[in-house]
Amino acid sequence: MQQTLTQVIETTSHFILGKEHQIRLALACLLARGHLLIEDLPGVGKTTLTHVLAGVLGLRFNRVQFTSDLLPADILGVSIYVRETGEFSFHPGPIFAQVVLADEVNRATPKTQSALLEAMEERQVTIEGETRPLPSPFFVIATQNPSHQIGTFPLPESQLDRFLMRIELGYPDRDAERALLAGRDRRDMLHELTPRMTPAQLIEAQQAATQVHVAEPLLDYLQALLEHSRRSPHFIAGLSPRAGLALLGAARAWALLEGRDHVLPEDLQTLLPYVAGHRLQAADDQAPLGATQLAAHFREVPIP
Amino acid sequence: MVWWRRSKPPEPLPGRGARLTLLGALLLVVAPQTLDMPLPLGLYAMALILWRYQGERRGWALPGRAVRLGATLAGIAAVVGSYHSLFGREAGTALLTLMLCLKLLELRSLRDAMLVIFLGYFLVVAGFLYSQSPLAGGYLLFAALALTTALGALSHPNAARLRLGLYLRQAGLMLLQALPIMVLLFILFPRLGGPLWGLPNDAFKQGRTGLTDSLRLGQISDLVDSEAVAFRVDFDGPVPARNQLYWRGPVLWVTNGREWHPDEHTEGSIDILLDTEGPPVDYQVTLEPHGKRWIFALDLPTEWPVPYAMSEDRQLLARFPIQRAVQYRIRSYTHYRDTDLPDWQRRYATNLPRTLNRQATALGHRWVAEGLDPQQRVARALALFREQPYYYTRRPPIAGANPVDEFLFDSRRGFCEHYASAFAWLMRAAEVPTRIVIGYQGGELNPVNGALTVRQSDAHAWAEVYLQGRGWVRVDPTSVIPPERVEEGADQARFDDGERPEMGWASALLRGLRNQWDALDYRWQLWVIGYNQERQRALLRALGLDGLELRDLGLFLVGSVALLLATVAAWLGWRDRRRAGPLERIRRRLDQKLARAGAPRHPAEGPQALATRLALEHPRLAPAVGPLLAQYARLHYGPGASPEAVKALARAVATLHLPRAH
Repeated sequence: MQQTLTQVIETTSHFILGKEHQIRLALACLLARGHLLIEDLPGVGKTTLTHVLAGVLGLRFNRVQFTSDLLPADILGVSIYVRETGEFSFHPGPIFAQVVLADEVNRATPKTQSALLEAMEERQVTIEGETRPLPSPFFVIATQNPSHQIGTFPLPESQLDRFLMRIELGYPDRDAERALLAGRDRRDMLHELTPRMTPAQLIEAQQAATQVHVAEPLLDYLQALLEHSRRSPHFIAGLSPRAGLALLGAARAWALLEGRDHVLPEDLQTLLPYVAGHRLQAADDQAPLGATQLAAHFREVPIP
Repeated sequence: MVWWRRSKPPEPLPGRGARLTLLGALLLVVAPQTLDMPLPLGLYAMALILWRYQGERRGWALPGRAVRLGATLAGIAAVVGSYHSLFGREAGTALLTLMLCLKLLELRSLRDAMLVIFLGYFLVVAGFLYSQSPLAGGYLLFAALALTTALGALSHPNAARLRLGLYLRQAGLMLLQALPIMVLLFILFPRLGGPLWGLPNDAFKQGRTGLTDSLRLGQISDLVDSEAVAFRVDFDGPVPARNQLYWRGPVLWVTNGREWHPDEHTEGSIDILLDTEGPPVDYQVTLEPHGKRWIFALDLPTEWPVPYAMSEDRQLLARFPIQRAVQYRIRSYTHYRDTDLPDWQRRYATNLPRTLNRQATALGHRWVAEGLDPQQRVARALALFREQPYYYTRRPPIAGANPVDEFLFDSRRGFCEHYASAFAWLMRAAEVPTRIVIGYQGGELNPVNGALTVRQSDAHAWAEVYLQGRGWVRVDPTSVIPPERVEEGADQARFDDGERPEMGWASALLRGLRNQWDALDYRWQLWVIGYNQERQRALLRALGLDGLELRDLGLFLVGSVALLLATVAAWLGWRDRRRAGPLERIRRRLDQKLARAGAPRHPAEGPQALATRLALEHPRLAPAVGPLLAQYARLHYGPGASPEAVKALARAVATLHLPRAH
């Protein structure tokens, strides 16, 4: 399984140049059955990353471009009266896919946003009194432009909590950008993409991630980190127990990607900025907390 | 080794919350000091703090060099103008207070703020130069707590949120932790005798309330309003009857008709020539400082400690004015016969100016002419006070040119000093040798600790007459005034033998509180302020540490503080070790070795990250340490660590040899 995962990472890196760390994070998020929020400027490869991930994992993929006039039914689906049969027939919306890319999620109205986020949490949708399960595995990647852009509805904290991780892609480095500029068109390359993993294998990997060993000393450290976030004057409020569970799940998936059967403190340290970044608010209420800033804050906690 | 180092840029001031905390603590420290300063200086200090507070709220910039210099010079000039000096208690503390507040004008870096805090601690202690009461001690603790809280706020310079409660708790905890060391230092720090040690002389209040060494009409009645404690007494046995509690002070011989003065020839000690009767009274007196040489004792003392001497007129005198609370043990007899009357005393004790108070003098002469013996002349005078409408009042009319005549034949309203001086005048006119004694009468028994508290309001004056065969006999002419002629509000307790009317619960409560406070104050005086060389010796003797020289005491002090700290450190270490499992100990061992090899582990650095860093930064160490770290990570965080594997790792770490850092 380890080999398969490595292949997935390699193949994806082939398309998204110089972003192996972010690819690993996205994959870990998927393995931990979480949803991913990518926050960055347009054009840095958010959509391509989602495309490639879906393709390489052999998952059904739908994309929804969020706009301010998007309605919940546009995502979830509608029942339409069919005259021939005299019955209503359900036309599933784009959410009925294994990987859903919610592009620019902060452009939609809060009502539409919450329809998506509820579906993410419940992994099922209820339309006109009928509950329909969503396919499995189910993975939402939402992208968001930095919220200070005009005409956006930033996601409230309670909704941000639905995402396991928030990552940024950032500009490629010099070499990667040169390779991108000199290479072929990425969209053409996508057609040649072949899956490296079956959905069954993915579910198996998700199962394996939950089996990764967590030792008592590691839980001590995790609790110390949570405690620190609650006592530190730098944050308005500390991390919730759900955030603690999220961090642990993500660290397990990360350890699995690293080929380890146990979680190390370093795993928590690596993932903390991405898991906690969108859940913590700086007390001085300036710019949102960056990954390096967060890492620096939590470096005050000694490993017990 | 680099011993010259480029100075680091100063650390910036912490956030506004911490700065406001600092200002608050400073206000608490400075406010009581300003009460002892002239008003303009106090206002200046307060204005500086207020200015800084407004500046913090509105974001004003700090003033420039010229303004700072001007403000400082103005402060110095104001101090010099007020005290004509920059030194001494008053000027010194005023200067310190002002400079501390002026420092706010240039509060730029963390160092400045720290400086303010530490000067603040110093200023708090300087407050003790003014008052040594338990209240002052309590306030000192409070101010120290506030300053330590501000220190806590300052030491979290990056904190975005002010957590005052947390810092307050921490400060309280720190003060509590310092308590044992404080107690040790207090008990063991060598106390030196003599005036070198202790407070400077001008630390003592001028114009302290208390008796003066002369009697002028209207003087004691001023004192009666003062509830200040004069001295306290612990009796070994039962407390003598109230009408025997005459606390003897200065003895007055010379009068000009208006005032009475002591005689300067009475100094020099005498042997006791006394016939005593009845049981002796043994007691210990704790005398508040009053700035005079005499000490008070129950009439009449027969045994007293060495540094005091008895004058020929039976006053106990110290060598130097009493400037700090003193304690002494005395044996007295309330019944005695003092038989000796030297010639000079007879001469002095019958001397009167001829030109004043002629009516009183004439009355005295008449008694002699009537052929009464001295005993009868005394009785006649007392009968006069008892039978004629003489009133006892705290607000007597102001005396004119012939005060005794005016009192005896005109106003007939007076206080103890009027009765004593009028009586003495009459007796001297009647050729009975008489002198006036001033001191205190009675006292209040505190049921809380069984001590007798004598206050300034118990000040009293009485007379002594010399009767052939009986010696000097105490006569208190005030005591013959019947209670119905004591004016409302005057100290009636003196006349009604301790019988008190039923008190309301509120006044009973107040009295109870006053007794409690008085007992606390007494204990404070006894054990904190009065803890001197003698008391230290006694305590050490009780602890079995007698015979310690000063140097031994110092060594003992340092040793016991070190022992205390070492015990706490050892206990903390032991507790820590006991909690740590075997893998924890392996990691500590490895950490120690790495630190010695010049590659210390950051506390938040995991084994894998450490191995990666070592490989990059210390390739020398990596080959030996890397596998150990990997094994440690596996055992500590992985599933199913076998005890054998842990032991093997422990051995490997124990035998690991790393080259030392250069």
